[in-house]
Amino acid sequence: MKIAGMTSRAAVAVLVVLVIAAALPLLLSNYRIELATEILIFGVLAMSIDILSGFAGRTSLGHGAIFGVSGYVVVYASAQAGLSPAAAILLGVIAATLVAVVFALLAVRTSGVYFLLLTLALGMIVWGICLRWTQVTGGENGLRGDVRPAFLVGHRAFYWAVLAATTLVSYAMWRFVRSPFGLTLLGIRDSESRMKSLGYNVPLHLFIGFAVSGFFAGVAGALYALFNNFVSPSTVALQQSVEGVLMMIAGGVGTLFGGFVGAAAIIALENVVSAYTERWQTVLGLTFIVIMIFAPDGIIGMLRAILVFRFRSSPHIAEPRFELGNKDTS
Amino acid sequence: MDRRQFLKSSTALAAVAGAAAMPWRRVRAQTGPIKIGLLTPLTGVVASGGKEMVEGVQFYLESVNYQIAGRKVELVIEDDASNPDTALQKARRLVEQGNCQMLIGDLLANTGLAVANYVKGTGTPYFIPIIAADDLTQRHRIRNVIRVAGYSASAFTHPFGDWCLKQGYKKIATISQDYTFGHEQCGGLAQVFTEGGGQIVQQFWHPLNTADFSPYLGQLADLKVDAIFAMETGADATRFIQQYASFGLKGKTPLLGSMNATDQSVIRTLGEECDGIVSAAHFAEGSDNPVTRKFVKEYEAKYGKIPSLYGFSMYSGIMWVAQALEKIGGKVEDRDAFIDAVLKTELVGSPLGKTVKLDAYGNPIYDVQIRKTVKRADGKYWNVPVTSYPGVSQFWKYDPETYMKQPPYSRTFQGIKKA
Repeated sequence: MKIAGMTSRAAVAVLVVLVIAAALPLLLSNYRIELATEILIFGVLAMSIDILSGFAGRTSLGHGAIFGVSGYVVVYASAQAGLSPAAAILLGVIAATLVAVVFALLAVRTSGVYFLLLTLALGMIVWGICLRWTQVTGGENGLRGDVRPAFLVGHRAFYWAVLAATTLVSYAMWRFVRSPFGLTLLGIRDSESRMKSLGYNVPLHLFIGFAVSGFFAGVAGALYALFNNFVSPSTVALQQSVEGVLMMIAGGVGTLFGGFVGAAAIIALENVVSAYTERWQTVLGLTFIVIMIFAPDGIIGMLRAILVFRFRSSPHIAEPRFELGNKDTS
Repeated sequence: MDRRQFLKSSTALAAVAGAAAMPWRRVRAQTGPIKIGLLTPLTGVVASGGKEMVEGVQFYLESVNYQIAGRKVELVIEDDASNPDTALQKARRLVEQGNCQMLIGDLLANTGLAVANYVKGTGTPYFIPIIAADDLTQRHRIRNVIRVAGYSASAFTHPFGDWCLKQGYKKIATISQDYTFGHEQCGGLAQVFTEGGGQIVQQFWHPLNTADFSPYLGQLADLKVDAIFAMETGADATRFIQQYASFGLKGKTPLLGSMNATDQSVIRTLGEECDGIVSAAHFAEGSDNPVTRKFVKEYEAKYGKIPSLYGFSMYSGIMWVAQALEKIGGKVEDRDAFIDAVLKTELVGSPLGKTVKLDAYGNPIYDVQIRKTVKRADGKYWNVPVTSYPGVSQFWKYDPETYMKQPPYSRTFQGIKKA
C-alpha cells in the first residue's frame, strides 16, 4: 500500500519524525527553538543544493547567492516597498528562481570543476551587486525591517510555520527527484553521453533541474529573511554557498534528507563549540576533515552503512546511494 | 492588535504570571549578578580591534573588582566573527539563553545594525560605544540602543571641515573606503567645507582591503589640492599611510586622516611615515589632561601598548553604564528606569577628563580635538591635541530637524554645496 507515494512503513516513520519535530518547541528554551528553526531553514537550502549535486551530479557554489537574493527581495518588498509579507515572500521566491534561471542558462553546458567555478563566479557577481548597489541594498549595512507578520512573532509560532513550510517543500523535493524527470537527472549524473544517445535533451533537463533547485533555495531564503528580519551581503556571500554545500556533504550527498542532518550537525556544533573557544572555526574545519575521512558518504550515508551491516550482515553488497523504489514497486 | 501592542501586552501578561507564580524568582533576581553580554569580533577582518574592545571592558571591570552598585558583575563574551548573521545569532544566545540584562559592543556597523534591529523587538538595552552609523541616533533612533561614550560618524568631521577652512585650504580631495562609515565621515567634512566656500575637487572610493593605492595616489598627486583627506581604517590605513609616504606625497600635500586612520591600532606599527597627520576625534591619547595621562599610563602598564579608540571607548562605555546603575541601586531588571538612568547620566571621570552627556537623541556631546600625530620621547607615535572645538553636537551647527530632513550621507549624497 502506498500513502502519498511512500510505503506505509516510510509514511509511519515520516509521521513520527513530524510529531517529534512539532513537539520540540514545547520542550526547548526560546533560544533552542530558534536554533531548531535555523536548522530547518538551512536544511531546505542544503536539500536544494543536493537536487543538483546528488541527483544531477553538478555541485553549485552559487546557491548562497540565490538564497540571499530571495532574502533581499523579501526584506526590500516588505520594509521599503510596504508590501504584505505574503506578497513579499512570493516576489522573493520568484526573484530567486529568475536568478537561478540566469545561472542555469550560463552553467548547464558545463560540468565538474567548470560548473563549480562558473556558479562560484556568478554568486560572486550577485554578492558584488548587493555590496555596491547601496541605494537599493543598503551596501555593507544591509537591509532591516519588521518582515514577520504579527502572528508569527512568537518563537513557537514561527517554528511551527517554518516546520509546515519545510515539510511541504521537502515533500515536493522528494517527489521531484523520484519523478520520471528526476530519474533523467540521475541518468545524466551517471552517464551524460548515454542519456544523449537515448534522445534526452540533456541541457534542457539540467536547466529545469537548476531552476527547480533555485526555486527551493529561494523558499529557504525567504524563510531566513523572516527569521532574521535582516539581510546583508554576508547572506549572499560565497561563505553562505559553501556552508550550504558543507551541510549537504556532512549529511550525505544524494540522500536529500541528509540536508537536515548536516544542518543540524553544523549549526549545533557551531553553537556548542563557540561557547567554549573562540577557535571554533578551527574545530569546525577539523570536524569536516574527520567526516570526509571516516564518513565520506556523510552522516546519513554512514548510518545507512551501519544499518545495512547490522540487519543484512552482508556488508559487501554496496548500497546504492539512492534507492529509487525499485524494490517496492508493489 | 499591532505587533508592538502584542509584544507589550504579552510581555506584561508573562510578567504578571511570572510574578504571581514564582515570587522567589524575583527575590533571587535582585540578588543575582548583573549579566553583561559583550559582543565583539574576535575572529574575522577586524579581530585585532575586537580584542582591544575586550581589554577596555575588562580593564574597567577589574578596576571596580567586578562589582557595580553592590552587585556582582558577570561578563559573557561572544565572538561576532565580524559577520552580521553571526552577531545576530550570538545576540540571541546572550539574551535568550545567557539571560544577559544588557548587550554592549560590536565593531562593524553592519553587525551593530543587525543587533539593533533585533533588540528593537526584545527591548534589551544595547550599548554601542563603537558603532558609528549616524542614523542610529538620528533618523532611525531606537530607544534602547544607546551610544554611550560612542560617536556618530560625521560628528567629528563637521568641525574638521571648519578647521580646514580656517587653515586657508581652498581645495581638498578625499579618498575613502567605500562603505557607510566612510561615506558618513567624508560627508560631514564635505558639507561643512563646501558650505564655507571650500571646494571638494574629487572623491575616490575604493573597496575595503585595497592592497595597492598607487592608481589613486597617482591621480591624487595630479590634482594639485591643498590637502588630502583619507578616511581609512585598519590595514587599509596602514598601507595608505605607508604608500602615501613612499609615493613622495608626504611633505608636499598635507595629509588629513579620519580618526581611525591615525588611531593607535594603526600607528603603533608605523614610524616616521605617520608623522604630522591631522585628524579630529573626541579622544587624544597624547593629551596632557591629567586624567587622560593617568588612564594611558595605567593601560600601557597593563597591556603593554598605548590604548586605541577601541579600548578607550569600551572602557568609557562600560563606565557610563556602571554609573547609571549606581544611580538606580543596581536594579538592572527595571529596564525602563535603567534606560532612563543611562540617558540622563553625565559621565564623570572618564579618560577624557571632562564630563560628557547625551543630547536629546542619545548621542554624546564632546569637545572635539583636532589632533596631530607626534613622536613621543620614547620614539612611539601618538595623537596630541592641537586645538579643540568645545561642545560639538552630532548636528554641528545645524538645526536637528532640518538636518535630518536631508538624506543620510552616501556615495551619491555628500552634502556638497554647489558653487
